[in-house]
Amino acid sequence: MLKAFLAILENFVREFGRISMMFASSIYLGFMPPFKLSYIFKQMEFIGVRSVFVIILTGAFTGMVLALQSYYGFRKFGSEGLVGATVALSMTRELGPVLTSLMVTGRAGSAMAAELGTMRVTEQIDALTVMALNPVKYLVTPRVIAAFLVLPVLTVISDFIGIIGGYLVGVKLLGINEGAYIDKMIKFVELNDIYNGLVKSAVFGIIFSVISCYKGFYTQGGAEGVGRATTEAVVVSSVTILVTDYILTSFMF
Amino acid sequence: MNDKVIRIIGLHKSFGAQKVLDGIDLEIEKGKITVIIGKSGGGKSVLLKHLIGLIKPDLGKIWVNGTEITGLNEKKLNEIRIKFGMLFQEAALFDSMDVFDNIAFPLREHTRKAEKEIEKIVEDKLKQVGLLRFGDKMPAELSGGMKKRVGLARALALDPETILFDEPTSALDPIISLTILDLIKETQTNLNKTYVVISHDILGMFRIADKVAFLSDGKIIEYGTPYEIKRSTNEVTMEFLNATKIPGFSGGGL
Repeated sequence: MLKAFLAILENFVREFGRISMMFASSIYLGFMPPFKLSYIFKQMEFIGVRSVFVIILTGAFTGMVLALQSYYGFRKFGSEGLVGATVALSMTRELGPVLTSLMVTGRAGSAMAAELGTMRVTEQIDALTVMALNPVKYLVTPRVIAAFLVLPVLTVISDFIGIIGGYLVGVKLLGINEGAYIDKMIKFVELNDIYNGLVKSAVFGIIFSVISCYKGFYTQGGAEGVGRATTEAVVVSSVTILVTDYILTSFMF
Repeated sequence: MNDKVIRIIGLHKSFGAQKVLDGIDLEIEKGKITVIIGKSGGGKSVLLKHLIGLIKPDLGKIWVNGTEITGLNEKKLNEIRIKFGMLFQEAALFDSMDVFDNIAFPLREHTRKAEKEIEKIVEDKLKQVGLLRFGDKMPAELSGGMKKRVGLARALALDPETILFDEPTSALDPIISLTILDLIKETQTNLNKTYVVISHDILGMFRIADKVAFLSDGKIIEYGTPYEIKRSTNEVTMEFLNATKIPGFSGGGL
């Protein structure tokens, strides 16, 4: 029993160390010339631009359902006017950054793990090494930097759309007084709430991209291995994002 | 000593409890085709990957052009690697790039040549492997044999001194195999580079080899010209050679 626990602990520490090493070397190599800006832009397009639609959908429905749920709650106390503030605070502090990161992990993180995993098993990563090129610099660095830059932008979109969605449901559908709705929202939501949410999302961007690249980069065992790497990338990234979210929140607010 | 490009002494490598290389001693001559023959899963690829630092040995030394490489860091290793080209088993073309960009990639990354000049070199390499008008194809559109040709063109791009081949004829039909073998022989004769080939295709390899090394149980048990190997009295070698003979066919065997 103790032995099994120690084995799990040892494995966890080893993985954590190797993932941290990959993060460190990807950042270090990012500051070393030659700079691969076009690689970063390409990844920003993939992680960012192509996630916009799914982020808009997620943000809209999250804001809408938040308005609906909090309306039923607040109505019991006759304080429907607080719905706007509740939606805006939940979106900017928590749901905007977390749901955006989880959605992008599912979309882009899985793709990163699968692509790098395939490159590993078809020896394309070895081919880079043989060409005297550092595969981490070419494959991992651009993805991590792009995810770090793009996630806050996606989160802003998600926050904004979520608040609009909440407004539409609260004011237009449920008939909450528009003045009270907006007034309370402006009164309770501070710029810091938004900032902290964006900082979180940038951290989540690093987390999912480093973990997904790591899982892909060290794939073993053919097509089956690629499948395993992809699943692990999404699961480990998502759980790590949620745990980190708790830790960051307890320090921030 | 300077006609030996690569010198391997006492190379050992195990993965877990499995001993793969058990004391390899081998010298590879400059400007020749050296073929390392052995059973599938016998450690040939592992040996090849040691030569460019993709795998580090447990024990033993490797000299490349007089530099001992097993203790080098990545930066120093890259200075050695740049003088090598490698054709991988499945060609390992970058599947996000077309054929042209695949061959141009090492040139763009390692030289300051103008795009016009790169274009000329790439076309020249494509011509050498007989795929002149295939530059805009994606790797997924190519057959196995074509991929290997492109892989060879890419390996030749930086005009390396030595090229390593990992099973160049595996998974190809006999006719395509033959064209690849001829291409290997032809480019080697024209460019006078050192080629190191690993393969289990013993018949094919005897067509192109200047020197043959026989890898068995983690050791080089025979080393010589194809002529010498054919007349070997070593039991393992004989067994391997006999497996290529087809009873009743006059053309079978060697």
